Amino acid sequence: MSQKDARRLTFLLLLSPFLLWILLLVVIPHIDMFMLSVREKIEPRVYETGLGNYIEVFSEPVYVHTLFRTAVMSVAATALTLLLAFPVSYYIAKLARGRLKSALFLMCLLPFWVSELVRVFGWMILLRETGVISSFLQWAGLVSGPVEFLYNDAAVMVGLVYTSMLFMVVPLVSTLDSLDESLVEAGYDLGGGGFAVLREIVIPHAMPGIVAGCIIVFMLSLGNYLTPILLGGKSSLWFTGHIYSQFITRFNWEFGAAFGFILLATSSLLVWLALRLSGQTLASTIAKS
Amino acid sequence: MLPTIPQSALVRLTYRGYVALFFIYLIAPLLVAATFAFNDSLFPSLPWNGLTFDWFFNSTQPKLGLFHDPNIMRGIRTSFVVAVFTTTLSLLVGTTNAFLFERYQFPLKELCYVLMLMPLVIPGVILGISMLVFSSTIANGLEDSFGFEIEALRPGLFLVVLGQFSFIATIATLVISARLRKFDRTLEEAAYNLGGSRFDVLRTITLPYLKPALIGSGLIAFLISFENFNTTLMLVGSDSPLTITMYDRMKEGSTPVLNATSLFLMIGSGILAFIAVLAQRDKSKPAED
Amino acid sequence: MLMVRQPSRRLSKGWEYTTRMDYDLECQSIVKTFGVFRAVDQVSFQIERGSFFSILGPSGCGKTTLMRMIAGFYEPDSGDIHIKGRSVLSTPPNRRPVNMVFQHLALFPMMTVAENIAYGLRRRRASRSEIETRVADALHRIGLPDSGEKRIDQLSGGQKQRIAIARCMVLDPDVLLLDEPLGALDLKLREHMKVELKQLQHQLGTTFVYITHDQSEALVMSDRVAVMNDGKFEQVGTPQDLYFQPDTAFVAGFVGDSNKWRGRVLNRDATSLKLEADSGETLVGVPGGSAAADRGMAVDIFVRPESISLRRVTSSEPTSTPGDTVNHRAAVVESVLFNGAQSRALVKTRQGEDMAVALPQTGEYADLREGEEVTLAWSIEHCRCYPASSG
Ligand SMILES: Nc1ncnc2c1ncn2[C@@H]1O[C@H](COP(=O)(O)OP(=O)(O)OP(=O)(O)O)[C@@H](O)[C@H]1O
Ligand SMILES: [Mg+2]
Repeated sequence: MSQKDARRLTFLLLLSPFLLWILLLVVIPHIDMFMLSVREKIEPRVYETGLGNYIEVFSEPVYVHTLFRTAVMSVAATALTLLLAFPVSYYIAKLARGRLKSALFLMCLLPFWVSELVRVFGWMILLRETGVISSFLQWAGLVSGPVEFLYNDAAVMVGLVYTSMLFMVVPLVSTLDSLDESLVEAGYDLGGGGFAVLREIVIPHAMPGIVAGCIIVFMLSLGNYLTPILLGGKSSLWFTGHIYSQFITRFNWEFGAAFGFILLATSSLLVWLALRLSGQTLASTIAKS
Repeated sequence: MLPTIPQSALVRLTYRGYVALFFIYLIAPLLVAATFAFNDSLFPSLPWNGLTFDWFFNSTQPKLGLFHDPNIMRGIRTSFVVAVFTTTLSLLVGTTNAFLFERYQFPLKELCYVLMLMPLVIPGVILGISMLVFSSTIANGLEDSFGFEIEALRPGLFLVVLGQFSFIATIATLVISARLRKFDRTLEEAAYNLGGSRFDVLRTITLPYLKPALIGSGLIAFLISFENFNTTLMLVGSDSPLTITMYDRMKEGSTPVLNATSLFLMIGSGILAFIAVLAQRDKSKPAED
Repeated sequence: MLMVRQPSRRLSKGWEYTTRMDYDLECQSIVKTFGVFRAVDQVSFQIERGSFFSILGPSGCGKTTLMRMIAGFYEPDSGDIHIKGRSVLSTPPNRRPVNMVFQHLALFPMMTVAENIAYGLRRRRASRSEIETRVADALHRIGLPDSGEKRIDQLSGGQKQRIAIARCMVLDPDVLLLDEPLGALDLKLREHMKVELKQLQHQLGTTFVYITHDQSEALVMSDRVAVMNDGKFEQVGTPQDLYFQPDTAFVAGFVGDSNKWRGRVLNRDATSLKLEADSGETLVGVPGGSAAADRGMAVDIFVRPESISLRRVTSSEPTSTPGDTVNHRAAVVESVLFNGAQSRALVKTRQGEDMAVALPQTGEYADLREGEEVTLAWSIEHCRCYPASSG
């Protein structure tokens, strides 16, 4: 038993759990799901391989519409999250000091420590017809009767942005933190105005954080189920909702698997595009945050 | 904009006001969800009917308290069991993965690394359905060819654990790898040189060094598992973890017992967060010198 | 006694002492390559029991690689390593009777000082009481009797140093390897630790193998020194050998200071060589190493500043002593570098060569000034030449 053999043995012992995990729980299930999605039901218990399920999804306007809507709203939610989070991240990274800084940062992490279910529940209590905001407005005399803020796209948006805020703030704060303050000072010193400095110094420096945050927020929104269903109500169409109903309510797994793959492809495609445009890699983005 | 650069008072105030609003937005839903746990009313909404602890401790309908609600208590127990298994598995595989990727060079390592990151990029719903599809394929295959039925491969807690583990393992791997990367390997060589066996060295030097990361990732894994909804929803059988139970209640519209449960979850997370911070502090000490 | 020799180990090996001289460590033609790069190239040496052996060489010459092979962290590509007469190639590092003090010490930060020192004893399953007494002994011996409960980051650099050595010494190794252990210390402490280490080694009687790129460390502490360059041993000998009889141009240049010229051999007779420097001046010298020096061969010529005698031209003594046995130069003082015992004069000869000359300690030259004319003289034996290195 030489040292080399021992090292080899350890390597195999470390490799096997990895392979078991990644192959049995991730890779093979997805291959299996793909196989299922290209299986067409001709008649009960008779199947044929083909793209029929996909064709059917794309020939049904309501599905295409939902896919489109889900993607667009996710992009919008991502942009909105970035817009809202950037000033706050900058404040935490560059303006707040000492205790205030770590306190604010910890507060941004707060929603993560609470179940998504609880977060959505909180919004429901705030937004619904009998909810806090509606009651407050009536009490203040601004409206005459109860107002329903729930069950519309704006509510979904509020929820999505809220849920993913953390994943934007953390990478932003960490990249902005590393921005050398003398660069900003030099920018002003050389006669740049606030916006010029922001555009030419701060944002380019924060780019890796921006990309990382956007990718994560986008994926979380696209794959979200709870927020659109609970805040958007019955009429709200979200792609994961279709997947759920095909699988669990209608028990049409072949069709559902096709839905799943379309969602996966959409998300990968958009993420790939974003990475391509910004010149980052997946490993550098994900592993950092 | 920096503390060192003069700004008009108006700009400064507006900025501060915005940051304050942002944090109100962050806190409001959590605060509301927690507060209504103490409202003496059958619905979690205004008007405020006075303070009560019934939603925690009362044992009779219609104001059945959290600690006497059999469904919720069962949900908490189920979630706890699931989280314990998921955390254990994730820590084991996270640790072996960290050693594999930090200590060994092997063919296709890049590919394996990307595969390792994959579960974070795949929406939870899809992880759930692919697992569902694959386990059914196996179960059906076994049933058709050998005629025996394996209950564990049908939707239920076993699949829930596997489904959650499939992506929590990635998170554990990343956290543990980050710490292992900072480890000074000559410490291991020194211990080996002083007569320790490989196992001794692992037990007395490397694992103690990794301890803060193990505790930290263990807590995070536990929390994520406890809170997980998307993956769980697709794989759950007759025993519902807490999030599923709460979701069902929420759809129906429930008494403030849900608020009490939410507060209970927040306090639980707070305790975990506190432990995590303590573990983190321990970690920074030797690294600084 | 701090180092209670382990009886079992002693018994099992006792008979070998008679057969294999008193060598604690013997390396035979060790080679180690990384890819195509030869980090250690055919290195052989023997170290006598209880001696202080240094390996001196510039950064990157392969010292650490050699030491890691002795400790067992690398396997040599070829060659053999014997410790106390027995090959250890098949012994894993944790079983080898050698211990190592690492370049950056590698003290365990999560343990106290006492736990660090006890680490190896615990691995040997020594009894609790034995561990306690041995650790207390060791702490006492290194002069830190009350530091057992301190954390590593509460120690100063020199204290850490001593703990790292104590941690190895409680195990009573046959050979202690030290990889530039003073490298991280500041100059003052380094000077102090030099003396202390030598004394410690003397007390313990353990064989030390000491790596350094600092020649003064090697010369001061060692019984024997190996000069290493580009993976090879250039010369192994006592510090005096290296200083007075360097074998190769590299050693002559690396150990101590030298004035160095390029030149060629004009003529040779039985005892000396007539040389011509590239500047055109002629010199008389002796071949430095074993290599034969033939007519016309290109050589490097070395003369130490401290072997040159200097005289003022205005001095009342006769300016020249006769002969072909001595090399002479007339020169002008360019500057005086006063540094106590190491004071030098930088001079320029008539032919325009720059030379450094040591100033005698008698104070006679305390008023030497720039621009003064001087004559220089050095004997044949102090003018050594070696086949020119390509560099
Ligand atoms: N694991 C390795 N793989 C490839 N090359 C290596 C490896 N270890 C050392 N080398 C090379 O071998 C040569 C000798 O390295 P070594 O560490 O032995 O030098 P050293 O004499 O200890 O130098 P220093 O005084 O700087 O510590 C160097 O050129 C180094 O680049
Ligand atoms: Mg070295």
